[in-house]
Order: sequence, then structure tokens, then C-alpha cells
Amino acid sequence: MSVELQHAPVGGPPMVPSRHRVVAVTRELADTVTFELEPIDRALDPPEPGQFNMVYAFGQGEVPISVSGDPARGDTVVHTVRSVGATTQALCALGPGEVVGLRGPYGRGWDVERARGRDVVVIGGGIGFAPLRPIIYRILEDRQAYGRVNVLVGARSPETLLYRAELEEWRSRSDLSVEVTVDRAGPDWRGDVGVVTALITRATIDPAGTVAFLCGPEIMMRFAANTLTGRGVSPGDIEVSLERNMKCAVAQCGHCQLGPIFVCREGPVGTWERLQPLLAVRGL
Amino acid sequence: MKGIRELLAEHPVFADLPEGDLDLIAGCGVNVHFDEGEQIFEEGGPADTFYVIRHGRVALDVHAPGRGSLVVATLRDGDVVGWSWLFPPYRWSLGARATAETSAIALDGACLRGKCDDDTALGYRLMQRFARIAQERLLQTRLQLLDVYGNPVGDGHVG
Ligand SMILES: Cc1cc2nc3c(=O)[nH]c(=O)nc-3n(C[C@H](O)[C@H](O)[C@H](O)COP(=O)(O)OP(=O)(O)OC[C@H]3O[C@@H](n4cnc5c(N)ncnc54)[C@H](O)[C@@H]3O)c2cc1C
Repeated sequence: MSVELQHAPVGGPPMVPSRHRVVAVTRELADTVTFELEPIDRALDPPEPGQFNMVYAFGQGEVPISVSGDPARGDTVVHTVRSVGATTQALCALGPGEVVGLRGPYGRGWDVERARGRDVVVIGGGIGFAPLRPIIYRILEDRQAYGRVNVLVGARSPETLLYRAELEEWRSRSDLSVEVTVDRAGPDWRGDVGVVTALITRATIDPAGTVAFLCGPEIMMRFAANTLTGRGVSPGDIEVSLERNMKCAVAQCGHCQLGPIFVCREGPVGTWERLQPLLAVRGL
Repeated sequence: MKGIRELLAEHPVFADLPEGDLDLIAGCGVNVHFDEGEQIFEEGGPADTFYVIRHGRVALDVHAPGRGSLVVATLRDGDVVGWSWLFPPYRWSLGARATAETSAIALDGACLRGKCDDDTALGYRLMQRFARIAQERLLQTRLQLLDVYGNPVGDGHVG
């Protein structure tokens, strides 16, 4: 799959949502929930890591949410949602058996394919780790096809660390290096404290043979990408997920337009080489 | 076993210093070891030594009444612990505790200050390195204060 941001085709099914039933709910954090959804009438096309669906809380509103589950498990769709406003709050209050509308998958995802034979660095911050999780599942399915894999995660505090049990499980594997850092911690926390860029500085990487995938607050991605390029990773080998408010998800409404690109269609994923100049424009 | 001078020459902060500087600095250093959980120095205590970590992990903490000790940063292999020895009143502004078995080189601050006064070129080079460390840590602290993971402002942007 290509992540070149120009001339991307409009993808995905029409604007009509397909009803999905909540089959499992996992409360991840005080404000964050993971759902497993199964189709009632029509299944969506299988998503690529990094793609998103428009999730409709009936009677409330529709919001873009990345796919956070294992792409190989095509029977259900998994989303991790953080409650920040009316729609996400309604989604986070759903229980098993309740119904939402889904349309998608939309957008350009992570180009995991091009990382084959190379080292991989996955860098996530806060809820930004959710869209990265499918990359790790995909790599683990075919682990020998990739070189060294570093997973670097930042969170505000240990209490806000997403997928903590799974991170522990991955940390115990010899074929993954998992490092976690938090901004602040009490005396019980035995891990690192500090910004995620410090983890990048310490990671063992071969810059020329590395592909990096970044998702988190824009400010975090900026500093992380700069640290990676400072270590010699090419801006064209750094993929970031750029997320802007979007409404239609099919490049019609213009809500998510960033200069010459529609993030819903040409993104959300793009290379740092292409996106950095756009992000450097204040007010865009 | 390697001597202090050789160990310093391998350390990222000192590696590219001229031979003569390394000799002078090594004269102020000794090898030290800390067990997991051992306090290295206390906030407010006299800052007469600093450490360059060879292997291990050190947490910098602040004591908050009623909240215990809050860790504000962790340092690892290749990091320098402490610069309060450089500036009067030579008191630690944070505490430091080993959170894993840690081996380090302890450098005598008073000894090194004296050498820097006598050889200002050495002092300048050392000061450049410490200013850079301070600048990097200041930037990191600012990022931590922004609370970026919790409350992004402006356009929705979380993932
Ligand atoms: C491509 C893409 C993928 C996304 N993937 C995910 C995901 O996997 N999980 C997830 O939880 N979210 C994800 N988001 C963000 C999600 O779409 C928004 O949180 C959601 O649109 C907010 O809608 P709302 O109606 O709940 O809040 P609104 O009523 O729109 O906003 C309420 C308040 O929250 C603020 N706000 C809006 N968006 C955000 C935000 N993203 N972060 C913090 N504050 C915000 C607003 O400024 C406002 O003050 C993604 C966004 C995009 C564009």
C-alpha cells in the first residue's frame, strides 16, 4: 500500500451507516473504553492498520474513530474511544447488546508492508497508541519478516497508560522491545519518568534501516519526529497520523482540509517528509 | 578492570574531550555502586559530588508533603546526575534514588571546580556540556508541563 498523499482514490462504502452490535466492552481507563462490534446487517470491508470508521451514536452524532483491533480478526471491529465530548461520551456509556452505526473503513493507513526486512519503531502517546496497536498485531503475525521492533509509549501517568496488561505481555517477549515512560508518577511506579523523546534517544536502532510509526498529540509527534531525524532516520521513513476534525470522511465537506490535502482521504497517515511543512504553517 | 579515565572516555558526555581534560577530570572521580532503592542524595543536601551513570537507573524526586516523593524524571546509562555542584549554594534541588542496580562514576565537584578555575579552557568545555544537558532537561520539563496527553487544545487530535 502506498502512503503517497497525492491523487489518492476516494475509498470506502457509501455514506449509509451499517448497524453494529456491541459484543464486548473493556473499560481501559476512567475515560476510555474498548468495544468489540459485530455487524447486524452488512459487514464493513476489512480495515488496514491506521484506517478509521465513522462511528454513529444514534441520536447523538457521528465521530471518526480509528480501528484498534487485530486486522486478521475480520469477524468483529474493535475501537478504543476516549470520552471528550457529547458523542464520545455516549459511545463510552454503551453496554453489550447496544447498537451503533458504522461506515468505513476510510483513509490511508500505516504502510506496514514497506517495513518488511527493516527495523520498526512504534511511538505512541496517550490515546494515540490505539491506532498503532494493529501494526503490532500485524508484525507479530509474521515476526520474522521484520528486524528489531521497538515499541515506545508515553502517557501522562501510570493510571492513564492504555493497554497496560498487553504491554506487559509484549514486554515479556524476547522479540519485542517495549519501553514506557510517564510524565509524572508516585513512588510505586518502577518504570521511566520523562518525555517519550528520551526513549527514542536511548533506543537501539539502525537509523538507515528503520521505519517509524508515530501517533499521539501533534506536539509529541513533532518532537518525536525531530528526535528521530536527529538520530539519522529519514523524514520519508517516518509516518505520522494526522488527525483533524472531520465530518463526511469522503473529502466533500472540507472540515479536515489541511492546505492542499483532505486528511480524511489523503491521510490520516502520511510521511513526516510530506506533512512537516504543512504542520509548520501556523493556523493551518 | 578499566580505570576511571577509560570509562570517562567511553561516556557520551565526556567522550570527545581532549586527552588532557580527561586526565584532569578522571583525577576527581571514583567508581561507585548503588543497590536498587538506595538513596544517592537528598533534596537540600550538600551538592559536593555528581554522577555519570555507567549502567542502571536513577529517579530524581521531589518531596511533596502529604504526597510522599514524586518522581519527576528517570535517568539511565550515559546520563549525568546533578549539576547543583556547579552553582552556589551547592545544594541539591532534587533528590536521587537508584531504582535499579546502578554503577556510576562519582566526581568530586569541589575538586573539579578548582581545576576549572585553574584551567578555564577545561571549564568552558565542561560548562558547554552541562549547559546543553540543562537545556535538554528544561525542554523535556516544559513538555511534561504541557500535559499533552491529557488535554489537547484546539483541533481535535488524539488518535
Ligand atoms: C482520523 C481520526 C481518528 C480518530 N481516532 C480516535 C480513536 O481511535 N479514539 C478516540 O477516542 N478518538 C479518536 N479520534 C478523535 C475523535 O474523533 C474525537 O474525540 C471526537 O470527534 C470528539 O467528538 P465529541 O462529539 O465527543 O466531542 P466534541 O463535542 O466534538 O468536542 C467536545 C470537546 O472536546 C474537545 N475535543 C474534540 N476532539 C478532541 C480530541 N480528539 N481530543 C481532546 N479533546 C477533543 C473539543 O475541542 C471540545 O472542547 C480520531 C479522530 C480522527 C480525525
